[in-house]
Amino acid sequence: MNERMVDVAVIGAGAAGLAAATVTANAGCSTVVIDREKFPGGILRQCIHNGFGLRYFKEELTGPEYAGRAAGKCLDAGAELWLDHTVSNLKRTDDGLLVLDVLSAETGVTRLTAKAVMLAMGCRERNRGNLAIPGSRPAGVFTAGTAQKLLNSVGVLPGKSAVIVGSGDIGLIMARRLTWCGIKVKAVVEIMPHPSGLTRNIVQCLNDFDIPLYLGHAVVNICGKNRVSGVDIAPLADGIPQDEKTFHIDCDTLLFSVGLIPENELSVTAGVTLDLATGGAKVTSGYETDVPGIFAAGNVLHVHDLVDFVSEEAERAAKGVLQYLKKETTADNCRAAAGKNLKYVVPGSCRAGEKQLFSFRPLIVTDGGKLTAKCGDDVVFTQRIPFVRPAEMIAVEVDVPENAAGITFELHPGEVSK
Amino acid sequence: MIYDTAIIGGGVSGAATAWWLSRYETNTVLLEKNADVGFGVSKANSGIVHGGFHHPVSSLKAQLELRGNLMFEQLRHELGFPFERNGILVAAFSEEEMTTVRKLYEQGIANGVHDLEMCGRERMLELEPKLNPDVVGGFFVPGGGTVEPYCYVFSLMESAIGNGVELRCGFEVVSGSYQDGLWTLQSADGREIQARYVVNAAGLYADQVSARCGAEKFTIIPRKGEEYLLDRTCAGRPSRVIFPVPSKHSKGVLVIPTAGGTTMIGPTAEIVEEKDDNATTAGNQKRILSLVRNMINGISERDCITAFAGLRPVLAESEDFYIAPSEKVPCFIQVAGIQSPGLTASPAIGEYVKDLLKKSGLSLAEKAQIKYFLPARHTAREATLEQLDKLHAENPAWAHIVCRCEKISEAEVIAAVRRGHTTVDGVKFYTRAGMGRCQGGFCSTGILQIISRESGIPMTELTKRGPGSTLLAGKLGDLEVKA
Repeated sequence: MNERMVDVAVIGAGAAGLAAATVTANAGCSTVVIDREKFPGGILRQCIHNGFGLRYFKEELTGPEYAGRAAGKCLDAGAELWLDHTVSNLKRTDDGLLVLDVLSAETGVTRLTAKAVMLAMGCRERNRGNLAIPGSRPAGVFTAGTAQKLLNSVGVLPGKSAVIVGSGDIGLIMARRLTWCGIKVKAVVEIMPHPSGLTRNIVQCLNDFDIPLYLGHAVVNICGKNRVSGVDIAPLADGIPQDEKTFHIDCDTLLFSVGLIPENELSVTAGVTLDLATGGAKVTSGYETDVPGIFAAGNVLHVHDLVDFVSEEAERAAKGVLQYLKKETTADNCRAAAGKNLKYVVPGSCRAGEKQLFSFRPLIVTDGGKLTAKCGDDVVFTQRIPFVRPAEMIAVEVDVPENAAGITFELHPGEVSK
Repeated sequence: MIYDTAIIGGGVSGAATAWWLSRYETNTVLLEKNADVGFGVSKANSGIVHGGFHHPVSSLKAQLELRGNLMFEQLRHELGFPFERNGILVAAFSEEEMTTVRKLYEQGIANGVHDLEMCGRERMLELEPKLNPDVVGGFFVPGGGTVEPYCYVFSLMESAIGNGVELRCGFEVVSGSYQDGLWTLQSADGREIQARYVVNAAGLYADQVSARCGAEKFTIIPRKGEEYLLDRTCAGRPSRVIFPVPSKHSKGVLVIPTAGGTTMIGPTAEIVEEKDDNATTAGNQKRILSLVRNMINGISERDCITAFAGLRPVLAESEDFYIAPSEKVPCFIQVAGIQSPGLTASPAIGEYVKDLLKKSGLSLAEKAQIKYFLPARHTAREATLEQLDKLHAENPAWAHIVCRCEKISEAEVIAAVRRGHTTVDGVKFYTRAGMGRCQGGFCSTGILQIISRESGIPMTELTKRGPGSTLLAGKLGDLEVKA
């Protein structure tokens, strides 16, 4: 068994892990980034479309290009990349160190001891089983991301005609990608009355290809004995499928793009407490979880809409790691809470009298919304949010007032509520 | 080659019969219609080793259930499949239910079950603290347990094959005729096999096989059971199998701490028309959840990772097993209606069938050399770091984790393929790869690549569970793109 000691161990070499490791390595900390895959970049590697990096790299890039640049920065900073390696266990010892069991075919078993750990494992896709979609159990049912990997990383076709369940961004991107590969996309079916993905993806991936989007509809039955033969789709009224209006679409493939779940099983093993609203860890303003020395950033913390925000968040979190290593962490003294029309706020606490960036997910669709922050009854912050969609994150920087013990955010619908 | 015995059906009954016959100087072939053994009734059930109290003493079910139950320790010891004797608790939530509980308890005693314990409320909660505190009482069956049914079938077959039994998969018997002391069985794809004796262990299709061989007419009715599988992190996972008080037709909806480490809730019980109707239905998840939540705390729909349905082969003519030599055709043993507690009874069913064959004239001399034990199987999940270090030194693939949710190494997947499991479901059932919370979302691509590499089957021809269930439609560029 190998033994190693480092300052910082980063779990996951996606956008979050690479950005965090770049910061800690640049600051002179010995940093190891561990990833299961043979190449760095995580899910970005299979996202061969463009639209990434406008904010973070000031240039429009494809996923692999974004991944390549982020990995290059990370290596230039002096971080080590342990690829094809799996972290099988993480725990904190009594003397405050973090021990990772790392496995790989190349190096076997390694016990890696770190002073701090950055959780950057991203998320996994919700699947058919999570939703208990009724019907038979044929071949041809994939999550959108699995289909994307098969097409873009392996070069094989998941089917010939598809229905996409859910209008999440990966599903929309895949609708276009499948069409470009000669696979007929018959429909995208969304249970909500509004799309789950970004508006630009609805336009560029569905409308441009005349792919029908059924909002407020649900797949009520999957048909086919050995391979998918079609799906039954019903409109919803008050959330209940209208049996008499059920219709059938023939297809041999079903893709699910129905949401992401932060992949936190390892975090829980280490004793990290999760927030039910985000599915990620509860963190401080320095992105530290409730296990000292363990930090989290990116999609493992909360599901982001754009990768650029992931990289930026990971950089902020890495600064939290540096403070921790220098023993300069100051405890938060102000609680942050999500109020009306907001699903959550990250981080869940901050320091009174300091500037803090908060991220939210709205629960409503509205144009001309207004985000407010209150300390007690005093409104201490107001910002107009022109375009509010649950698919799009909201992030604002707030000067938290001196002596504030708690700050509560609310989102107010605008004139044009939908 | 003329076989002494041809067993039709590679489920628990057929595999157990093959395993028993493999101990003797006799040639046996097992014919399975699917791509792998255990892919029918045996793969989709509750995986319970029952406690011997559900069926009346006069039934063949009760007799074989108890004997089968007692054989599982030895089988696990020799074959190494996952089996836990974690005990069964039957929980009553009213005085009325307690009346049934007392009857079941007495039936169990009459059947010869030892260690049955009538329990009051306090004792029930002591045995399972997660039980709903409204529990009135019940009884405890320490001898009950859970088994991974597909692993059990694979192990029986692996041992049987190791001791000389032959296996033909994809062999669907479409006709059988008896002439001059020999059965000739023909498959759908034109293959032919000759044997002196035939065992009809065709599960849901035992009625068809019987008819195709000119034997008795009977009817197998599929009775569907839906099950919901919960993540291994589920807070409500009990330490024992929790049974409600049963109804006339079903043992009820259970909470099952599976031998594989997950929690399963179900099954429903519903007669269906089609013998391949494995569809789950809307509403049953909610119904099952509400039923189990009445019994136990900590079960959430958030924990649900998949749902599936299995079919019980219910004999229309009788509630009991039908295991007997045919009275219409010679040298033909019927093994039909093997629904619950068929899995529990199966080791004893195999023995019983072996004895029936002997009585019918099959010569069974014990082999001088029997390989009793399968080689010990390691799993990356259960290995300590030190063990993994050693395994890695022998084979680096042991430290390459391909299925993150269930922590399965590449070495385990390779072993599955080399044992002939070349479908994705076969590999999944052998290794658990793809059985966890992401349901293969992350690992399926890599698993397909390993199966293809190890089996030589092109990726685009790999199937989920055999012909018709191809997973991919070709290579990028194969389809015409309309401008």
